Amino acid sequence: MTDLIIKGAALFGEKTSDIVVRDGVIVEVVSTSSTTGRGSTTGTGSRVVDAAGLVALPGLVDLHTHLREPGREDAETILTGSRAAALGGYTAVLAMANTSPVTDTAEAAERVFDLGRTAGLVDVQPVGAVTSGLGGVELAELGLMARSRAKVRIFSDDGKCIHDARVMRRALEYVRAFGGVISQHAQDPDLAGSTACCHEGELSGRLGLPGWPGVAEEVIVARDVMLARHTGSKVHIAHVSTAGSVEMIRWAKAQGIEVTCEVTPHHLLLTTDLLGGYDPVYKVNPPLRPDEDVAALRDALADGTIDAVATDHAPHARHDKEHAFVDAAFGMLGLETALSVVSEVMVTSGAMTWTDVARVMSQTPARIAQLDGHGGSLLVGQPANITLIDPAAVVVVDRDRSVSLSRNNPWHERKLTGAVSATFLRGAQTVADGELV
Amino acid sequence: MAHAQSDTPHARDDAPEATVASDPANDRANDRANDTATGRTVLDSGDISRALTRISHEILERNKGPEGLVLLGIPTRGVHLAQRIASRIHEVEGHAVPVGALDITMYRDDLRKHPTREPQHTSLPAGGVDGKVVVLVDDVLFSGRTVRAALDAMNDLGRPASVRLAVLVDRGHRELPIRADHVGKNLPSARSERVMVRLDEVDGYDEVRIALADQTAEGPVGAK
Amino acid sequence: MNKNLLSIEDVSADDIAAFFATATEMHDVQNRSVKKLPALRGRTVVNLFFEDSTRTRSSFEIAGKWLSADVINVSAKGSSVSKGESLRDTVLTVAAMGVDGLVIRHMASGAAKQVSEWTDAVVINAGDGTHEHPTQALLDAYTLQRRLGSLEGRHVVIVGDLTHSRVFRSNVLCLAKLGAEVTVVAPPTLMPSGIVAWSKDAGFATSYDFDDVLPKADAVMMLRVQRERMNGAYFPSAREYTVGYGLTRDRLAVLKPDAPICHPGPMNRGLEIAADAADAAQSAVLDQVSAGVAIRMSVLYHLLAGEGGQA
Repeated sequence: MTDLIIKGAALFGEKTSDIVVRDGVIVEVVSTSSTTGRGSTTGTGSRVVDAAGLVALPGLVDLHTHLREPGREDAETILTGSRAAALGGYTAVLAMANTSPVTDTAEAAERVFDLGRTAGLVDVQPVGAVTSGLGGVELAELGLMARSRAKVRIFSDDGKCIHDARVMRRALEYVRAFGGVISQHAQDPDLAGSTACCHEGELSGRLGLPGWPGVAEEVIVARDVMLARHTGSKVHIAHVSTAGSVEMIRWAKAQGIEVTCEVTPHHLLLTTDLLGGYDPVYKVNPPLRPDEDVAALRDALADGTIDAVATDHAPHARHDKEHAFVDAAFGMLGLETALSVVSEVMVTSGAMTWTDVARVMSQTPARIAQLDGHGGSLLVGQPANITLIDPAAVVVVDRDRSVSLSRNNPWHERKLTGAVSATFLRGAQTVADGELV
Repeated sequence: MAHAQSDTPHARDDAPEATVASDPANDRANDRANDTATGRTVLDSGDISRALTRISHEILERNKGPEGLVLLGIPTRGVHLAQRIASRIHEVEGHAVPVGALDITMYRDDLRKHPTREPQHTSLPAGGVDGKVVVLVDDVLFSGRTVRAALDAMNDLGRPASVRLAVLVDRGHRELPIRADHVGKNLPSARSERVMVRLDEVDGYDEVRIALADQTAEGPVGAK
Repeated sequence: MNKNLLSIEDVSADDIAAFFATATEMHDVQNRSVKKLPALRGRTVVNLFFEDSTRTRSSFEIAGKWLSADVINVSAKGSSVSKGESLRDTVLTVAAMGVDGLVIRHMASGAAKQVSEWTDAVVINAGDGTHEHPTQALLDAYTLQRRLGSLEGRHVVIVGDLTHSRVFRSNVLCLAKLGAEVTVVAPPTLMPSGIVAWSKDAGFATSYDFDDVLPKADAVMMLRVQRERMNGAYFPSAREYTVGYGLTRDRLAVLKPDAPICHPGPMNRGLEIAADAADAAQSAVLDQVSAGVAIRMSVLYHLLAGEGGQA
């Protein structure tokens, strides 16, 4: 007996088909016209989801999420973050290591992994710290994390740049033993003062805000692709934000260097001029950049130079954002709105197809993270991790309707076209009609 | 900016219905046309001149001469009246009575009820007011609140031997126990009426008119 | 006129004229034996200073007291982060005491603007980080106007650490509104990023060469340079800075004899300004201080006396 039939969805926005799911696995995919009136595989107890007018994609995978647990459960927990992820169409997220305590041991990684499985809404895959306590000096127990039940493959000191070239080199070399990848937060701290809080440019000059220039990111990207070439290891550049970084990565890929990178939804749409009112909701690291960088990032995402869209979902308790701008916390929410932003910016504009969206928001991220069962192609035999999208839905973001514990939502009151309608994790529906099940 | 131009006397406490006026210099012709269309003239140029002459003589009589006198006008039109009185005294006595200006803007009791007004210039004669006989000069005496404010302002500037009050028009309706020592014309009026004083130095002609307030809702300059 | 004074950008040329006209009257009050006006009787003004500044705080305090306001100084030194209290909580706590006006000094740019969004009280920016210091710009322009008459077409040269100067940022805006031509002078490392585009847009000029612009100056404004900037590699040594950008005795000889010399204080004598220049007859430094009280009285009066100032 089948568990579920998703009827009439446009697979990757193209062929309209029915997807038949049994025991969490796709068992049949047939074009809608051929199943009409037939009941060969349709048992009487099957649940039918009407997906007419919706686009079906493999469940989304986020390479870059901050779930705040353990340590800041007032801002987000693995459960609330999982809810936000499911609502955003995700079936797997990678949880960054900068929690308190830091995810720098096998035990810490397994705890995050287990809490994710207990929540059961998305697969929460821990990212391990590269250096002990994110200190940037001694390597964390990378091998033990990789051997643990959590099978950590991505390592990152995100929030901090691995600044010491020697440490970066050793980390790249070391993780080759188990096929790990180092995700770098590319930002030279010497080119940004300790109080830097925005893009350095004309606006920061006028506002009197200490900024950091695009070159602070670009010099580290340049260094790390050369280190990746030297070591033959894989490096991943997190949240690329400048045209210069994109150029560097495009060059490196052409050389055959194993570099991948991601861009956040906010760097695809929001620009530095939003800082004019000193609203800390727009304070993020890397900072919002000018129009020309945004344009370069969109082009690079469309042409494949940028491999993935990752949210850098960074919830913060209200009081951590109610400081003076330079003192307020960095980061913004992203899980619930990412698909809508990509739809608005890349699909509605015609720059990308839904097949491309599947590539950058599901398949490539799953490949980079080496997540089995995610980022499939909606083929028979694959786990039924599926996201249904209403491409015509127009949503006005309301931060108070968010299921995140935090409200640092830069998308509040913004109108976006395209929205997640339903999410299935191994056949179990987590979201229906845009609401948690 | 939203502030009332404070060289419009009607912006003071005697006219709670204060309206914002535009630059008087530009609008003189219009105002005059507007004035003559509404209300009636109660003092013409000659009446004003005779009233000021009489007041000047009264001041001298009361003071037994010009010695120790200081005339302090309340801006804007009070200052010009004080100067006219001083020049008449000079004609009669050959003695220059010191004239000053006493702005009362910051001493008003209704500062908070209106948008902020710009203060006017206060200037005391070189000898100050200590021990002097100060004659406050204003155009219209109405509620008495302006004079109350002027007495407070004077208190911060010195200690005169005595203070007297001279006004061109007393229109009644006092709200404080204040009376004028020298009055050009007592003008019984209804509260709903407005009294408008025009002086050549400010408005280009001399006249006092009275009109119903609602007839002058457009806000001619100098209504009280 | 805006409810708050957060930035010179929010102030029109008419507003500036009104501030100056009232300041002129307030200046006279400083010479009276009874230095008291009743305009702000019953109003409460809090000087909320997150950063030490004896001179600005005293100036606001005297201004408020001469207008009969109740003035309370609250020192909240150090960032709110280190105290574990958010800036918003600090401000709401103070405002809850029944405050009509909040004079705020903070080491973070934008703090006054943020505060104004959290409280109904009138907010006056007494310096926010490296952003603006609007009352300083008003008193500077007022001082220059008293010395020079109209500033229309007059050439004002501002020299020093522009990157870290809120005085510079407020002054270029204010002087532009008054029709002055402004040239700002600094080594490239002490010019804010993007200043070339900004200056074109805002109508002021930039230069690395003090000696080139000095003879044409109708007024010079020297900014304080912190000696510690050497540590950030902004310039090699104090000596080299002085030679390039200080108002030295030699430069004083080149400056027009009637060109006022301004400095917001505190002065680093011998670094950005020679003693001869600081004490010259054409120095306006002490005028600036007395103008500071008059301007702040004017600002407090305009923002707090009328109905618009009702909290």
